[in-house]
Amino acid sequence: MRTRIAYIASNTFREAVRDRVLYNLIAFVLLLSGAAILVGQISIEIEKLVVINLGLTAVSLFGVVIAIFIGIGLVSKEIEKRTLYTVLSRPVRRWEFIVGKFFGLSATLVVNTFFMAIGVFAALFYISHKFVRADALILLALYFIILEFLIICSLALLFSSFSSPLLSAVFAFSLFVIGSFAEDLRNFAAMTHGFTRWLATGAAYLVPNFSAFNVISSIAHEQPVAAQLVLQNTLYALFYAIMALSGAVLIFEYRDLK
Amino acid sequence: MNHRQKISIIAGACLVLSLAASSFVLHRADQLRPQATLDEVLFLSSPKVIKRASLGYDGLMACIYWTRAVQYFGNRHHYEAKSYNLLAPLLEITTHLDPHLVVAYEFGSFFLAPKPPFGAGEPQNAIDLMEYGIQNNPDNWRLYYDLGFVYYTELKDYKKAAETFARGSQVPNAHPFLKVLAAQMAQHAGDYDTARMLWSASYQNSHDKLIKQNAVDHLRALRVDQDVEHLQQAVTRFGERTGRLPASMAELVAAEGLLGTPVDPDGHPYKMTPEGRIELRVPKDFPFVTKGLPPGYKPLPTFDSPQP
Repeated sequence: MRTRIAYIASNTFREAVRDRVLYNLIAFVLLLSGAAILVGQISIEIEKLVVINLGLTAVSLFGVVIAIFIGIGLVSKEIEKRTLYTVLSRPVRRWEFIVGKFFGLSATLVVNTFFMAIGVFAALFYISHKFVRADALILLALYFIILEFLIICSLALLFSSFSSPLLSAVFAFSLFVIGSFAEDLRNFAAMTHGFTRWLATGAAYLVPNFSAFNVISSIAHEQPVAAQLVLQNTLYALFYAIMALSGAVLIFEYRDLK
Repeated sequence: MNHRQKISIIAGACLVLSLAASSFVLHRADQLRPQATLDEVLFLSSPKVIKRASLGYDGLMACIYWTRAVQYFGNRHHYEAKSYNLLAPLLEITTHLDPHLVVAYEFGSFFLAPKPPFGAGEPQNAIDLMEYGIQNNPDNWRLYYDLGFVYYTELKDYKKAAETFARGSQVPNAHPFLKVLAAQMAQHAGDYDTARMLWSASYQNSHDKLIKQNAVDHLRALRVDQDVEHLQQAVTRFGERTGRLPASMAELVAAEGLLGTPVDPDGHPYKMTPEGRIELRVPKDFPFVTKGLPPGYKPLPTFDSPQP
């Protein structure tokens, strides 16, 4: 079972690389090096802040876009090309196919993030000419970004398991936006009463909450992150990704592929 | 040359030519409407809306708005504008997006407080900005220092300045000179020594070349003002003693028992007019002096707040 999942994951990764997904790294390097040089000339005393903020925001946004646009096609493309039938005619279970795809896409994003992280640190070194201990906090922000990707990958797969690529993209991107407003949603819920409150609170907990993962701004100011938050964010991302993947598996198991 | 190569060359040439032509036409069109790219518009003016629209990437958005504020101020200042309508809203958006962006408070007040064309002439907005900064960064003593500076230089409100320095001195790890400043401000607010102390502190506590140069210019101007005042008093004393004006600077120096001909910070001797007025030899080298200037002389504008 493990071999089969690993095989599907490695194939997904290879396919993503073959689809020139990693080309986004070129855009990233151009963006970051351009900003590192330009900002020093057009602004005042925020060179380091910009490199950290821009670098981590780009890592996050590029990753989200990759996760959504690759994730939504993972199942539908296989159906369209009819390669899914070849895979499922072998001793591969449907859930293994979904889980393998998830790991493959996650691996693509981790590798992508790794190279981008090198870019961020290189730009930082170019600006500051040295590293300080607080710069290690950037690794934590990157870790949170990867956790965010896990959730988005699982959601993209969930939508991909029953919907068309276009609708899946709309759903996944909408959830990403709603997830960024999750705390507001919770505040709205707190202002209501009775059944509405119950409903709003339920919705607030059902949609992913991405605001807890976004520590870019505070890390740019060298503010430490509580160890408890690291633990809770890790657990939250794992549980949420498992939840969405379980949904994807359930739907895909009963999907009529004829 | 085969068909495909021909097509490639023609298409490539068309691409380059049309790109050059469109750039040229756009450049001409921009000349017809010089303000086209510099419209004073804030499409979104609510900091809350912008913060939400940033989808959590508010740190980067704050950097973008801060850069926009710097560019806006620089542009307006370059053209010696009389109004800076967007400066305060831009700074408000910047600091609401990232309340810990201390540089925006420090430089923001420096841009907002001085009178045009040196700044926006909005000291109250500068004070509001600094108070918001203090509210969000209560342990940063520099913000108290900058706020006290605005009270002192722009509003001449020495009591408020003293109170602000005193508040700042209670912050953990505050620089000890804040206590001294608070006491000095309470007792000798209008003195040269107080002004000298403030500008020296400004020089020592900034890493920015612009602010350091500004402080140096003010310190030089303070020395000139004080020298001219002392020499003018010496002329008056001489007149009271002898019933006439000194014939030359040398006579004044001899009568007052000075060690040599007094010189300005650049080493140029002060001159005395036939009417007994002490003047600078090269006034343009001292943009912030208030004394020793020839009658009707207008100092050249430079980047700065007015002298205390």
